[in-house]
Amino acid sequence: MSKGKENLKLKVKKEWCKGCSICVEFCPKKVLAIKGDKVEITDIEKCIKCGLCELRCPDFAIYLGGMDDEEK
Amino acid sequence: MMKKNNVKFMQGNEACVAGAIAAGMKFYAGYPITPSTEIAEVSAQLLPKVGGKFIQMEDEIAGMAAAIGGSLAGLKSMTATSGPGFSLKQENIGYAAIAEIPCVIVDVQRGGPSTGLPTAPSQGDIMQAKWGTHGDHPVIALSPSSVRETFDLTVRCFNLAEKYRTPVMLMLDEVVGHMREKIVIPDASEIEVIDRIKPEPGDSNYQPYKVKEGQIVPAMAAYGDGFRFHVTGLIHDESGFPSNSHEVADKLMTRLMKKVEDNLDDIIAFEENHIEDAEVVVLSYGGTARSAKSAMKKAREMGLKVGMFRPITIWPFPEKRVAEIAKNVKAIIVAEMNYGQLVLEVERVVKNAAPIYHVGKINGEVITPDEILAKIKEVL
Amino acid sequence: MSSQLINQYYRAEKLPHIWCPGCGHGIITRAVSQAIHNMGLDKDKVCIVSGIGCSSRAPGYMDFNTLHTTHGRALAFATGVKMARPELEVIVISGDGDAAAIGGNHLIHAARRNINITTIVFNNNIYGMTGGQYSPTTPTGDLATTAPFGNIDKSFDIANLAAAAGATYAARATAYHVPQLTKYIENGIKNKGFSLVEAISVCPTYYGRKNKKGTVVDQMNWLKDAAVDVKAAQKLTPEQMEGKFLIGEFKNVTEPEYTQEYQKILDRFKKER
Repeated sequence: MSKGKENLKLKVKKEWCKGCSICVEFCPKKVLAIKGDKVEITDIEKCIKCGLCELRCPDFAIYLGGMDDEEK
Repeated sequence: MMKKNNVKFMQGNEACVAGAIAAGMKFYAGYPITPSTEIAEVSAQLLPKVGGKFIQMEDEIAGMAAAIGGSLAGLKSMTATSGPGFSLKQENIGYAAIAEIPCVIVDVQRGGPSTGLPTAPSQGDIMQAKWGTHGDHPVIALSPSSVRETFDLTVRCFNLAEKYRTPVMLMLDEVVGHMREKIVIPDASEIEVIDRIKPEPGDSNYQPYKVKEGQIVPAMAAYGDGFRFHVTGLIHDESGFPSNSHEVADKLMTRLMKKVEDNLDDIIAFEENHIEDAEVVVLSYGGTARSAKSAMKKAREMGLKVGMFRPITIWPFPEKRVAEIAKNVKAIIVAEMNYGQLVLEVERVVKNAAPIYHVGKINGEVITPDEILAKIKEVL
Repeated sequence: MSSQLINQYYRAEKLPHIWCPGCGHGIITRAVSQAIHNMGLDKDKVCIVSGIGCSSRAPGYMDFNTLHTTHGRALAFATGVKMARPELEVIVISGDGDAAAIGGNHLIHAARRNINITTIVFNNNIYGMTGGQYSPTTPTGDLATTAPFGNIDKSFDIANLAAAAGATYAARATAYHVPQLTKYIENGIKNKGFSLVEAISVCPTYYGRKNKKGTVVDQMNWLKDAAVDVKAAQKLTPEQMEGKFLIGEFKNVTEPEYTQEYQKILDRFKKER
């Protein structure tokens, strides 16, 4: 949110994902795919951390999170 | 010592507002309707003077809803209406019952159904007070017979609403609402005012629907107090969040019913006259009880052993006492301005202990003492 | 773990929410919390009120003072809350049926009073909770379970209805146009008066399926393509606007606010108290 992009990382909370595929289709860099009814990050190298997936995820299941909160 | 300026000549509707303000009313939301309109008018006039607020809403439903909202934000709230409006408010009265939001609803009863007889008295909403909203729910309804009693019972409605966290209804009728009488307003020091219990500030374990030991209802926080709680009209658990569990539903519904049922002695009030030796008891309430009292006096002058029982609390009905009285009398006459409503409750509780007669009227006229007296003579 | 925004403003233990896969309501709900975050509002001083329907389940997930009321009546309850405690930031979340059908009267009168409440209408053009009946915003000709031969009703323009009724701020965005939506919600909250933000949602389960609108992605693409900003629309011909709808800020004016006007009455009696 207020942090610089370099400190952010794309994350998925699979338990909340309902597999609607909005994030997959509107990702400008095609970083995501639906696998087994849930979203998966398939090409993280291409991610430009624009955050559009987070804005349009109806389930709060994909987001740009901090590096430090990984294991929480 | 009675202060001179405490003696007033006022209408029942005006006394209702005076009582409400004495009880701590700080918010009124309503919609104009005959014959209750003076309650809105006087509230609009007086509330700002005591730091309270008035709003005329766009309809009856909104009046009820806003009163609940005001109460949730911490203000003692009231709305007033008459038959058609009472019908419209019913859904949100049920909301206040399940969400346990204290508020007072005044119904100045007029002839119904529908638009009916807007300026004529009736007691035709007595059963609606009990069964008007859908589903099982606790009900407290009081009915005064005089201007002074309207003042006192309005105070009591607020106290009961706050104590039991439930909507409480003041069932006026057009007779009492528009009647003018001398009234001595009691000193503030003589008036008992009950306020809802609140959670301890900063209580991090606050559960908005958990009853603490030794308390009758859950402590009630106000929006903005820092508790960020959830309120819903759905069945909810102690945390306030909805649940589909039958167990949770049973627990909540039973608690709601029991908080009234287990405290009947505290809630129920009635007046008795010459019951000890009575062969016939006239049971009457509200404006009609004035005619009943007069009929009883006339009958006594004629040497007839007539007594009178006046439920002040209509709901919950004083069934234990009425059942007791029935064992020792030859007949009970129920006088009320409807086609037969509270008489059904009397029949239910008396069963076959005594014959029950009804004096009713549905034409917008009051029941006269002579009409009741005629029935007394007929049954004796 | 979920995002900081969700951790900070949601009752995360209540999630995942009840909405269907692809339902636009989650997107709009997130935008509401993003707007609150951007403004730095105190959670204890925000009260979110809803009525009945899919949209109205949103407040239950949100960590504020929350009130889930009866069908259509959210604004009437909210008016009571706001009158009693004007210092609270009162936000109403409602649906198209809740706000414009059963609650239509409350909507126009709250707007007329210009009471400082911000209403976000989650407009999915259908009654979702009851299974797909036509609402006051279902387009004419569309199908619904209660319009099996096509809807013959005309539909409401909720944002302009509110503006005409006296709202001092009225805007529309969609579940696709999230940055704009968030900005409009912020502007609505900032406006000291009645604000209405209509958020066009998508209902893949009922409206979409019934009307053969394709997948939720197709519906999102339709929002992207059919929405025209109100400023850009000025340069378009009626033919070019065919099948399009307007988004943007329709009204933003300053007028006396209701609770402040009532405060003036209270102040008049201050000396006597």
